[in-house]
Amino acid sequence: MRNESEMHGATPAPGSKPGPKTEVVALSVLHPGERGIVAELLGGRGVLGRMAALGFTPGAEVTIVQNFGHGPLIVLLRDTRVALGRGEAGKVSVIRT
Amino acid sequence: MTTKRNTITIALAGQPNVGKSTLFNLLTGLSQHVGNWPGKTVEQKEGTFTYNGHTYRLVDLPGTYSLTANSAEEIIARDFIIKERPDVVVVVVDAAVLERSLYLVAELLPLPAPTIVALNMMDVAQQEGFHIEPEVLEAALGVKVVPMVATRNVGVRELVEAIDTVVHDDYVYAPKHPEVRADHREVLAQIEALVEGHVPEPYPQDWMALKLLEGDREITRLMQECLPEEQWQQVHSILRQHDDALMAVASGRYEWIGRMIRAAVTRPKVGQIGLTERLDRWATHPFWGLVLLAGILGLIFWLTYTIGAPLQELLDTYVVGGLAELARTWLAGAPAWLSDLIVDGAIGGVGAVLTFLPILVIFFAVMGALEDVGYMARAAYVMDGFMHLMGLHGKSFLPLFLGFGCNVPAVLGARVIESRRARLLTIFLAPLIPCTARMAVVAFLAPAFFGSAATLVSWGMVLLALAVLALSGVLINKIVFRGQRAAFIMELPLYHLPNGRTIGLLIWQRSLAFLKKAGTLILVVSVVVWILSALPGGEIETSFLAQIGHLLEPAGRMMGFDWRLMVALLTGFIAKENSIATLGVLFGSTGLTAGEGAGLAETLAATFPAATALAFLVVQMLFIPCVATVAVVRQETGSWRWTFFNVGFLLLVSWAAGAGVFWLAHLVGL
Repeated sequence: MRNESEMHGATPAPGSKPGPKTEVVALSVLHPGERGIVAELLGGRGVLGRMAALGFTPGAEVTIVQNFGHGPLIVLLRDTRVALGRGEAGKVSVIRT
Repeated sequence: MTTKRNTITIALAGQPNVGKSTLFNLLTGLSQHVGNWPGKTVEQKEGTFTYNGHTYRLVDLPGTYSLTANSAEEIIARDFIIKERPDVVVVVVDAAVLERSLYLVAELLPLPAPTIVALNMMDVAQQEGFHIEPEVLEAALGVKVVPMVATRNVGVRELVEAIDTVVHDDYVYAPKHPEVRADHREVLAQIEALVEGHVPEPYPQDWMALKLLEGDREITRLMQECLPEEQWQQVHSILRQHDDALMAVASGRYEWIGRMIRAAVTRPKVGQIGLTERLDRWATHPFWGLVLLAGILGLIFWLTYTIGAPLQELLDTYVVGGLAELARTWLAGAPAWLSDLIVDGAIGGVGAVLTFLPILVIFFAVMGALEDVGYMARAAYVMDGFMHLMGLHGKSFLPLFLGFGCNVPAVLGARVIESRRARLLTIFLAPLIPCTARMAVVAFLAPAFFGSAATLVSWGMVLLALAVLALSGVLINKIVFRGQRAAFIMELPLYHLPNGRTIGLLIWQRSLAFLKKAGTLILVVSVVVWILSALPGGEIETSFLAQIGHLLEPAGRMMGFDWRLMVALLTGFIAKENSIATLGVLFGSTGLTAGEGAGLAETLAATFPAATALAFLVVQMLFIPCVATVAVVRQETGSWRWTFFNVGFLLLVSWAAGAGVFWLAHLVGL
């Protein structure tokens, strides 16, 4: 599994309010209850097509429902709960809101 | 459209979990016919209903999230609409997940068939706090929108009326079209200009250009064939510069949907904690989720053995046994070989398989209910970690679990897996799940040999089979598939009450499919094996089957087997529990249908050492599956090579494991 921290630069300490500048992180590093706006998706065309159809497009708001730091995640986007492998979630970069 | 024909074809489209099958069942009832789409292992359901003196043919398209060529289902759905030109497409939409389920509508509107939106689950949407105005949505989309609650039969009549209007009156179909995101409109226009005049019938030109921009594999290949080389190069270089266009097209659709929603839906300000969220705190928890799953599985087994097993015995004694009696009396005047062929060969073989129906019905019912409620996606989610070890993901757990009832539905169930690689591997592993027939053999032999340790031995057998399954999965994934892994993306639908009609029809269809298999292929193989066991002399001891057993004895000796145990294994090919019946014949019991004498287990225990018995049980667990399973493996993989590879692998593994266990047991002095 890839190192998730390489997806983003400096991370503020947990709990600190995001500043006025936007912070782009991998979806997989967000904690339950945190939100982000999808910025970019990486991956093969087949996977991207399936993710786009389920609502993962740039600009979509994603809320993390479950993320235990290992195993798959559950996110809520466009009123749908989606289970997502950690590998796939690592390839979605989001703007933390 | 002004055509007035006698049969009107309706295509029923919709994303998964929107209540499409509920609506389909409601409209067609038992008139439905289940088959496969030509050349594909995707289920095709069709049915009819009449309204206003016209017959309507309803074709259930596979449930898909989009119409881009990501899977066989998506290609089937769009090909049907483009090539078969249904008179109307009814697209079912979940009002509680309106934004996402309109995505398929956005894909359907540019296609030539008139579309009606069935706005289902209005009750759930209301519970979730949505306020939807169907008339506003109708005006915004430019197509008919019928609000409904299919589970309570609300709005179905209005839907049929809408269909009637669309196909019969001078209905003008003028849908609004979604556009691609502004930054890609120019590119799309360029592509469309380049392909103009070269798009093969019956594909719409603007749709083809859009699919090219999306990078749709199927359409790209088709247009490469149809375009002159020079133009193709131009198109190709444009597409190469815009390989991110897939997201632009998808975003464009969602932006368009966003405008529709803003017009027609008032959304709740704060989301209250719903039932789904509360249940999921347990059901998807990495620890409690597994505990819950284990509890549910335990309950299924308990149901199977407390209700299914006695029913199976009743069926065996009264129906199969009675039929055999009847046939014997009836054939009293016929030559003995004919009576034996029919009673022992045909009725014995097929009957043995048929007795599994009660167990299967229980399995189908529980699995169907769990699926309908929405739990199955959660089971897949919590099992994802374990399945990862084998390069599979959670979805493969569901078909494999069906295998505990019978391997046949397990192989068939692998259809839910999108990637072919993962589907092949799941099918490959399914025969290693100890089915009820294999467990019956273990349950019969273990007490005779191991007395009070029988339960321990039985559990050991199950664990061994599962361990071999996991190891085989890791191995095959590494060697054959080089460790690739399919992406795991799955919707977790909202929980809702199960629908009896949906589950009932599911049980009916799956059981029917199983019975058909039993009535055809298994009948033939049963008769062939019986003939092998009766010819040339009429005695199994001197039969061709026995000769084969003698031939294989050297391989068996490594596991402590003699030719009779080899023959017993071979006859298990028809149905696993046949092994016991064969042993009954070989060790002096009276015959297949007369049942295995009380003394058989004791005779066996006196004949063979415990090491042999242990090895026999191990081989029985891991041996090649029954003929019905092999047949569906061939059918679902579409490949004899893969089927032979599968069977060969199991032969090798079972032999190696049998020999190993025999040797180990010897070492510890059993």
